[in-house]
Amino acid sequence: MAAKKSEFGVGASIERLEDDRYLRGRGRFVADIQMPGMLDIAFVRSPVAHARIRSITKPETGGDGVFVAADLAGVSGIRADSGLRGFRSSIQPILAHDKVRHVGEPIAACVATSRARAEDLAELVTVEFDELPAVSEMTRARDADAPLLHEDWDENVFLETAVDTNFAASIASATVVIKRTYRTARQCMAPMEGRGVVAVWDNQAEQLVLHTSTQMPHIVRTGLSASLGLDHSRIRIVAPDVGGGFGYKGILLTEEVCAAWLAMKLRRPVRWIEDRREHLTGGANCREHHYEITGYAAADGRLLAVDCEAIVDSGAYSIYPFSACLEAAQVASILPGPYRMDGYRCRTWSVASNKPPILPYRGVARTGVCFAMEMLMDGLAHELGIEPWEIRQRNLAEPHQMPFTNITNKYFDSGDYPEALRRAVEAIDIAAIRRRQRVDEGGSGGRHRIGVGLSIFCEQGAHGTSVYHGWGIPMVPGFEQATARLTPDGGLEIRVGIQSHGQGLETTLAQIAYEELGIKPEAVRVVHGDTALTPYSTGTWGSRCIVMAGGAVAAAAAKLGDRIRHIAGHLLQAAPDSVILADGVARAGAGEIPLREIGRLWYLAPQHLPPDVDPGGLEVTQGYRTVRDTGTFSYACHAVTVSVDLALGDVKLLDYVIVEDGGVLINPMVVDGQVLGGAAQGIGTALYEEMRFDGTGQPMAATLADYHLPGAPEVPAIRILHMETPSPLSRFGQKGIGESGAIGPPAAIGNAVNDALRSLDARIWELPITPERVLAAVAEAEGKARIGEAA
Amino acid sequence: MKPVAFDLTTATAAPHAVALLSNVDIEAKIIAGGQSLGPMLNLRLARPGHLIDVTRAKDLRGVVDEGSALLYGAAVTHAEIEDGAVPDATGGWLQAIASRIAYRAVRNRGTMGGSLVHADPAADWVVTLTALGAVAVIAGPGGAAREEPLSSFIAGPFTTTLKPGEILTGIRLAKRTADARWGYWKFTRKVGEFAKASAAVLIDPGAGDTRVVVGAIEQPPIILPAGDAEAVIAGRLPIEEALRRALPHRPPASLVLHAVAVREALGIAGAAGFPAQDQGAA
Repeated sequence: MAAKKSEFGVGASIERLEDDRYLRGRGRFVADIQMPGMLDIAFVRSPVAHARIRSITKPETGGDGVFVAADLAGVSGIRADSGLRGFRSSIQPILAHDKVRHVGEPIAACVATSRARAEDLAELVTVEFDELPAVSEMTRARDADAPLLHEDWDENVFLETAVDTNFAASIASATVVIKRTYRTARQCMAPMEGRGVVAVWDNQAEQLVLHTSTQMPHIVRTGLSASLGLDHSRIRIVAPDVGGGFGYKGILLTEEVCAAWLAMKLRRPVRWIEDRREHLTGGANCREHHYEITGYAAADGRLLAVDCEAIVDSGAYSIYPFSACLEAAQVASILPGPYRMDGYRCRTWSVASNKPPILPYRGVARTGVCFAMEMLMDGLAHELGIEPWEIRQRNLAEPHQMPFTNITNKYFDSGDYPEALRRAVEAIDIAAIRRRQRVDEGGSGGRHRIGVGLSIFCEQGAHGTSVYHGWGIPMVPGFEQATARLTPDGGLEIRVGIQSHGQGLETTLAQIAYEELGIKPEAVRVVHGDTALTPYSTGTWGSRCIVMAGGAVAAAAAKLGDRIRHIAGHLLQAAPDSVILADGVARAGAGEIPLREIGRLWYLAPQHLPPDVDPGGLEVTQGYRTVRDTGTFSYACHAVTVSVDLALGDVKLLDYVIVEDGGVLINPMVVDGQVLGGAAQGIGTALYEEMRFDGTGQPMAATLADYHLPGAPEVPAIRILHMETPSPLSRFGQKGIGESGAIGPPAAIGNAVNDALRSLDARIWELPITPERVLAAVAEAEGKARIGEAA
Repeated sequence: MKPVAFDLTTATAAPHAVALLSNVDIEAKIIAGGQSLGPMLNLRLARPGHLIDVTRAKDLRGVVDEGSALLYGAAVTHAEIEDGAVPDATGGWLQAIASRIAYRAVRNRGTMGGSLVHADPAADWVVTLTALGAVAVIAGPGGAAREEPLSSFIAGPFTTTLKPGEILTGIRLAKRTADARWGYWKFTRKVGEFAKASAAVLIDPGAGDTRVVVGAIEQPPIILPAGDAEAVIAGRLPIEEALRRALPHRPPASLVLHAVAVREALGIAGAAGFPAQDQGAA
């Protein structure tokens, strides 16, 4: 059995092993890779959102460095079909030829000895367009006169879905019914490092080696294999250090396919490094939802039913591997969240528009869903004349109901939601805020009003086959494997197919291995991000790694431990079961033997091994599956106090509390980092980030001076309070928690702003909550009040 | 996002820069900290054939004490002012202004002169130095020199009165005495962004200077007429009314932000009857 040492293992807040190289600027990112003879790619991108391409003319000088669709012989466009009935299929061309469907779509690849020269060359390519009217507003995409993006479709809809569970029967006794419209803005994910590719043909391995800033190297390999018509064995994907993903790096890019083809065609290393303008104007976007949502409640505050029509602006193409429909599929299935209700109806439309494709961003649909549902709950509370926390308290799943199956058949594995709510309400001190509001409204608040808001929600993580199969996406995750190898000097190598890009998995997986083998994390090397070195995996997404890869590492380490104990037992003349692995040694009674000695014997002196030793040796690959594949449900309650400046429309965050239950925490400090980073992004969604498009489909921001990201000064000192309800489904009781922080802020902040504006009868409904929107809401309320007085 | 190819020459002194500007081709442009020009080059919005770097011109990098005024070299950086590495004619106001320009990384390279020549209507120096009555000192071809109040030097959004071949060499600022008061307030949603509204107030009884300046209005800063400024400070004229007079073509609703800015700046300057409400103001 393994010795438990909380100093390094599960539950230890050890410093992250990878931070030494990151903090010293020694990370190796794609753009750091230099190769002799490397060429840079600059893409000619569409300046218009919707047009037929009449002609593409290469320059007379330098034209041999320009490649267009017609040059890409044998290369297929990217197809990512949903398995759900009624899905309309799109093909994303590697380079556009007949038509462009969004600004920024690549039309030609220009290669030169530097990016600047490649951009010079790109300026010389002439493209003639016949412009077409564009679809730039999702609520108009289904209009009869809307231009069709894909002409073989009958309407601009990738997929329409409908669910109805006992809806009509459940609303009969409703005494309060409110209908609301909510909207979230289109965002760019803006990781510090954008996308980037260095592609090279390796003559010796007869392999294409693609270094790419990705979250899912194995999936890129599979997608690339299909697009290039190249066997998997001819492709190696290497993800070096990756500077943030958030979902933006969970996609097969046309640029990746194009760079790979160029490397094979030119037999020279080529690279493409996305710049910020490309990211903002042409990269895949996220988050754009529109909700018409109705809540039905009984007089006692009991939630009876929710009815919702949701539109997701999926952009121009279905992207690989998540498809154009994951967002909307999630909307329909997760909207009820942790609440009990009798009836539920939801229709969704994943509409196509002349914008870049939509990608699942940290939290995926949950951020929008949480905004719509939690704003609705506050609306109901207001109608009922009760505190927002009271209506939640009355309707949340109770701990004694766990495991709780909600109306959309989500299986909540464990947790105490009312307790999380109670702690948040206490920590933010709602009673004190109510007292201050009464004083302010008495006239001493000047031009400021304060408000308090809550959001409570769950984050399904590490959900597997049954869930994703049901959502219809082309890539369905199954099990997870890891390899554990004791090295001849007693060190440990862990190999996993996921990719760590800020989550600290090089540390937390080592902590899990320590739990089984007693080898200190500093002696554990976690190898990831290289298809040549690691087991196949769908990669890092869906808050799955600490459960799935963590479970696999534990399984592989445990099996390796069995083999070490077997050898050690023989050498120490003790029963293998009595051998304890700790502090880098195998111990039985008073005897002990260093693991490096066991490693040396296995590899270099097998004559000393027991005769019945397992010839599989000190290298083990083991697979893992959770107890059931419905996912772990971490959850959180966010509570925020805001001050709204009625003259400027500005919103300041005065206090912010997050009560978070991620099950058993492997490394609480890493979890805090995940929660804080996510919350900063959620604050961006709530207050700052918006990629607007004009009526012709032109993006309205091309630099970070126009696309506003929150910086450190905009993020308040967030107080995180932990609960640790173990999951019965995972190896250590841990739950996925990587996305949670980004889910709660828009709803909590939105509710707080409306709470602050309540005395004015003003209400915001659209993200981000900019000064313009606050002032418009106040002006609208004042207008209504004037009409009311006149009447 | 890489610039078009250009030549780069480092000027050793202001006259050298002026000579280079006249001698090299017509597309030559002065670059100092590059905090505005740099992104424009990268976005290929600016395509000068030749850049003349003035950050190593010694006579543009120092501060000259002229007795009643200080003459700041145009290439003094925001960070040097923030850090107190150069004298402050105002006893600390410049330091406070500089410390809130954009981010430290920008302040390390950005220069006072560069900001004025770029003439972004929302820029901190454009607004505050107008309120402080600064004078632009300009050198031209053949040793020509002229001076012009900043209030007219900034001729429009992103436009100055600099003529071809001229460069801004310095900014003259009168020294302020201890009884002078000052307030500057800007509305930014996040640290580092350009202001959506700003105002600067100078009340210097000793020098007989009273100025209320409204900035970030997509045109050069507006100096309220002295009578109006004094009436506002004395509480005889509502800020909103003074702004309506100064900006008659703007819808009154759009003036709310600027009225807040003026009120806050007055509060910071300690004008009686204008309590500052914004806790974040400097």
